[in-house]
Amino acid sequence: MTKVTVAKEDVATSDELVVLKSVNKHFGALHVLQDIDLTIARGEVVVVIGPSGSGKSTLCRTINRLETIDSGTITIDGKPLPHEGRELARLRADVGMVFQSFNLFAHKTVLENVMLGQVKVRKADKTKAEEKARSLLDRVGVGTQADKYPAQLSGGQQQRVAIARALAMDPKVMLFDEPTSALDPEMINEVLEVMQQLAREGMTMIVVTHEMGFARSAANRVVFMADGRIVEQAEPNQFFNNPRSDRAREFLSKILHH
Amino acid sequence: MNVLLDHLADFREGFIGTVLLTLASGLLAMILGVVIAGFRVSPVPPLRMFGTAWVTLFRNTPLTLLFLIAWFVVPVIFVPGLSPWTKALLALGFYTSAFVCEAVRSGINTVPMGQAEAARSLGMSFSQTLRLIILPQATRSVIAPLSSIFIALTKNSAIAGAFSVTELFGVQKLLSDKGFPIAWIFLWVALGYLVVTFSISGLFRLLERRLGVAR
Ligand SMILES: Nc1ncnc2c1ncn2[C@@H]1O[C@H](COP(=O)(O)OP(=O)(O)O)[C@@H](O)[C@H]1O
Ligand SMILES: [Mg+2]
Repeated sequence: MTKVTVAKEDVATSDELVVLKSVNKHFGALHVLQDIDLTIARGEVVVVIGPSGSGKSTLCRTINRLETIDSGTITIDGKPLPHEGRELARLRADVGMVFQSFNLFAHKTVLENVMLGQVKVRKADKTKAEEKARSLLDRVGVGTQADKYPAQLSGGQQQRVAIARALAMDPKVMLFDEPTSALDPEMINEVLEVMQQLAREGMTMIVVTHEMGFARSAANRVVFMADGRIVEQAEPNQFFNNPRSDRAREFLSKILHH
Repeated sequence: MNVLLDHLADFREGFIGTVLLTLASGLLAMILGVVIAGFRVSPVPPLRMFGTAWVTLFRNTPLTLLFLIAWFVVPVIFVPGLSPWTKALLALGFYTSAFVCEAVRSGINTVPMGQAEAARSLGMSFSQTLRLIILPQATRSVIAPLSSIFIALTKNSAIAGAFSVTELFGVQKLLSDKGFPIAWIFLWVALGYLVVTFSISGLFRLLERRLGVAR
C-alpha cells in the first residue's frame, strides 16, 4: 500500500490520531511512565519494544484509559480522554484492544463475542451485526468456528477472534499488547499474518511485541522503552541494524541470542 | 398424629405463611443483594461506601433486633401503618440481602479481570459489563452459597412467628398453649421446615447441574 499523501494544510491537526504529551504515571512509589511524549499518525504502525517491566503494557492501557494517568494529556483524534462515564465508553469503542491473554467472553460463542459490542454499544441491528461478524470471522480465518465457545479453540484461533471482535467496532486505532506472547510457536504466524494484513489495509496500530519479523515488515516506526521512558525511536531497519542507545543495543543483543 | 390431622388447617396456613414469607423476602434479598454487590464493585466511591455500610449494618445486627426495629422504630421514624407481614418481609429481606451481596461479590471476584477489561475496551458501560459479562459468569460459583443463605432464611423466618405473623413456627405456640403434646407438635413443625429447605437445596442442585452443562 502506498503511503497516502494529504494536502499539507490539513496535516497538522487531522493527521495526528493519538497524541501523548508529558504523560506520567506511578504505581505507588514506582514511576512506571516518565514524561512520555508520543504521537501516532493516522495509518501509522508503531511497534513498542523493550525489556519486561519497562511500562509497555501500562502505556498501551493508558491510551484507552484502562489505567489512569497522574499528569500529562492524551488525545485521540483531537479529543482529550474524558473521565470515567458515557463519554469515555464512547471513546473506548473507537479504540480496539487486543490482549496477551485474548480475554474472549468465556460464556459467549465466538459469533456472540464478535456481535456483542456492535449490538450493545453501537446499537446495530442484530442481523446486520451477525452478517458483519461472520464476514470478519471469515477474514481472520475462523469462520467455521463461529458457534463454538472460546475454550474449544486453539490460542491462535482465539486471538484471531479477539482481533475480529475489536474490528467489529470499526476502531480508529488498534492497540495490541503482546498479542502472540501467550501462543505456541506454530500459532504465532497465523496471528501475525492477520495483523500484517490489517497494517497493509491502513489501520493505525500500536503493537507491543518482540516479533522482529513483524516489526521489520509492517512497522513504520519502532519505539524502544526502558524503565518507563522512551529511550529511542527509529525506523525499523535502522533500529534493528543500528541502534543508537546503549540500552537498545544491550536489549537487542539479548533477544537476538536465543 | 392426631394433632396434625385435627389442626391440619392451622398447619397448612402456617406452612403456606412460611413459604410465602421465605419466597418474598428471598426475592427482595436477591434483588437488593445483587444491586448492592454492584455498588460495592462500582467505580463510584459514594456507591461503594453505601454498599459497604449496608452490608456492615445488616450483616452484623442480630435479626431479632432488626425485627424489633421494624416493629417499634420504623413506624415512628419512617413509614407508619405497615402490616406485620410487610415488616417481617423488610427485616428478613434486608438482613438476608447483606449475605446475598457478599456471596455475589465473591462470585464476581472469581471472574478474571480480563473479562471486564475486554468489555470496557469495547465501550460497554459499567452496568453493561456487570450485567452481560461478569454476573453471568459469576452465577455458577454463587449458586452453592446462595442455597445455604436461602435455607438460613427459611429458618430465620420463624422469628416472624414470635411477632404474630402467621407462619409455621407460630403454629407450635398456638397449639402448645391449647395443651397439645409438645413433642408431636415440634415433630410436625420440623418436618414442615424440612420440606421447604429440601426443596430449596434440590432446586439449587438442579440449577448448578444445568449451569454446569451450559458450558
Ligand atoms: N496494577 C499494577 N499495580 C502495581 N504495579 C504494577 C501494576 N501493573 C504493572 N505494574 C508494574 O509496573 C511496571 C511496568 O509494568 P508493565 O507496563 O506491565 O511492563 P511491560 O508490559 O513493559 O512488561 C512493572 O514493574 C510492573 O510490576
Ligand atoms: Mg506487558
